[in-house]
Amino acid sequence: MKKRTGAQIVVEALIKEGVDTVFGYPGGAVIPIYDVLYDTPQIRHVITRHEQAACHAADGYARATGRVGVCIATSGPGATNLVTGIATAYMDSVPLVALTGQVPTYMIGNDAFQEANITGITYSITKHNYLVKDIDELPRVLKEAFYIARSGRPGPVLVDLPKDIQNSSTTTAYPEKIKMRSYNPHCEGNPKQIKLAAKEIDDSERPVIYAGGGIISSDASRELYEFAHHNNIPVTTTLMALGAFPEDDPLSLKMLGMHGTRYANYAICEADLVIAVGARFDDRITGNIAEFAPKAKIIHIDIDPTAISKSVRVDIPIVGDAKDILSKLKSFTKGKKRDAWNRKIAEWKEKYPLKYEKNGKLKPQFVIEKIYEITGGKAVICTEVGQNQMWAAQFYCHTRPRNFISSGGLGTMGYGFPASIGAQIGRPEEVVFDIAGDGSFQMNIQELATVSKENIPVKVAILNNGYLGMVRQWQQLFYKRRYSQVDISGVPDFVEVAKAYDVEGIRIEKTSDVEPALKKALSIKGPVVMDFRIEREENVYPMVPAGAALYEMIDGLA
Amino acid sequence: MKHIISVEVENRFGILARIASLFSARGFNIDSLAVGETEDPTVSRITIVVPGDNQVIEQVIKQLRKLIDVIKVVDLTSKPTVTRELILARVNARGKDRDEIMRLVEIFRARIVDVHPESLTLEVTGDEEKINGILTLLKPFGIKKLVRTGKVALLREIKS
Repeated sequence: MKKRTGAQIVVEALIKEGVDTVFGYPGGAVIPIYDVLYDTPQIRHVITRHEQAACHAADGYARATGRVGVCIATSGPGATNLVTGIATAYMDSVPLVALTGQVPTYMIGNDAFQEANITGITYSITKHNYLVKDIDELPRVLKEAFYIARSGRPGPVLVDLPKDIQNSSTTTAYPEKIKMRSYNPHCEGNPKQIKLAAKEIDDSERPVIYAGGGIISSDASRELYEFAHHNNIPVTTTLMALGAFPEDDPLSLKMLGMHGTRYANYAICEADLVIAVGARFDDRITGNIAEFAPKAKIIHIDIDPTAISKSVRVDIPIVGDAKDILSKLKSFTKGKKRDAWNRKIAEWKEKYPLKYEKNGKLKPQFVIEKIYEITGGKAVICTEVGQNQMWAAQFYCHTRPRNFISSGGLGTMGYGFPASIGAQIGRPEEVVFDIAGDGSFQMNIQELATVSKENIPVKVAILNNGYLGMVRQWQQLFYKRRYSQVDISGVPDFVEVAKAYDVEGIRIEKTSDVEPALKKALSIKGPVVMDFRIEREENVYPMVPAGAALYEMIDGLA
Repeated sequence: MKHIISVEVENRFGILARIASLFSARGFNIDSLAVGETEDPTVSRITIVVPGDNQVIEQVIKQLRKLIDVIKVVDLTSKPTVTRELILARVNARGKDRDEIMRLVEIFRARIVDVHPESLTLEVTGDEEKINGILTLLKPFGIKKLVRTGKVALLREIKS
């Protein structure tokens, strides 16, 4: 084996792992890697304008494609700027490898220039991390990093690379196989538990499937669909699983939880069996946990044993891969009709549809409905966080997995725009939208430079109400309309900002202008920023107030 | 209830920080923690005493197993085990107290490891009961300094 430098080994690892795109930002401690990338045309490097955006873009790329996303940052501030992005990926189980430069090994601990203890900082927000102190370990570490990121419950792995390691060389080859005695993710469900669950399903009259992001990670949408239809069981999904089950299907209950549909939440309250798959009973889903699914037994399928019985007691836990377990469950269950239960649910759907007041003003919900209509429901929808995210979740009909990309667990404002860059690069043939708020968009607005220079044709739809809308909504409902520090109206002029970055900008102020603007945006080959001036005090409904039970939803409409 | 959890880990840089970080991030408490190399120098064994109800302990064990560098986790609490702890205690020892303390040393099979005109330093090894027993008896003399290793434990080998 010929000698290669650490930097060469890193780039070779990327090629061997099938990486075609990396997102990053150079700096002193990663120059050796960038020097090798200079001669590596098969890897596209996208330079963002902030390291956080590089991490979110790698995350968006991973969610849109199912492949491992890769980002690179320098030591110190470069590495700490990745932290929010890594935490975002960790909370939503996104496979990511973050490569950071580090000061040379002999300087570590000396408070050297641009030194930060990034492995220490990221212990609790990575699936695993490494500080490479020996060049001979580098090939194995990189191989493990990719394997850990994508296997089991996926997650981010950080590899910290001191500059002298990047420059020193070794003959140690990139390993072909992984051998780790301490990490063997469990994939097959216990057959006894699966049979027990199948019997419980056959015995149930009013079951509900509560599907989470694990369906998407495990590529189990088809298995979910077949299992649900075989047994005539209604399906509700979390925010992370939107698109994992087609919402235009009669068995779909759409999203549950704080801003879920009434019928999904009522179904959970009335169910005699909840089948949770790849979901983790997050507080935004359960509401008051003591009153969650009070009449139901719970089957919980998850690849991560720590997710089971963390917040609710589970009757039948099954640890393993959702895809495999769902297909086995389908074959072991009898396929009951459950007409009475589905009739009841149809009644609720009829009585409590998602709706909004049409008063002639420009409504955010209308904008989302139009985006669905004009793209034929085929767009990849990225969102920011807050009201824009909830309206996108509620009023777009999600029918395809990996087409809804949103920061669920961490709720990171500023996520959507860079994530849409990653998604668009991962799926260049498709239309990618970032549904934004004026607050969130400003958190990574500098990425207009990235989309402009690289001609990444994402369509940004800012639902601009001049407020930090979700906080304003809470202040209105629970703090007597004391709007403290939420009015951010007036500046900037988003159309002018777009123009400054040589990006097309469109302002939309009337309902009748929505459709022409969207059509124009889609006809433009490059990126577009649409500034929708929506009704300022529109709220997201229905809503389960924090700490209330799911049946205690409130509504702003008569 | 207190649980004794034995954790086998890869003997690698930062493993203790990972475990400490996990406990603090998840809000778990640690009563004591002892760590050292095992018969295999690439493996360390950590014995952690954790207070908590069954649900907390279940999470502690699962979360530990989830750490990539953790090889094996066993809850020794309800299993036949040998557990030991070592303490060093510096006790006031003037006049006739010295004889009294020497007698306790003999009864508890402790050792005197440092002698000073006004104090004696004792080394005591034993299970929790024994350690607590001698500490109760030493207290009236005045314990000037005390250091405990934390519990270490091994499963008993089952005779077949």
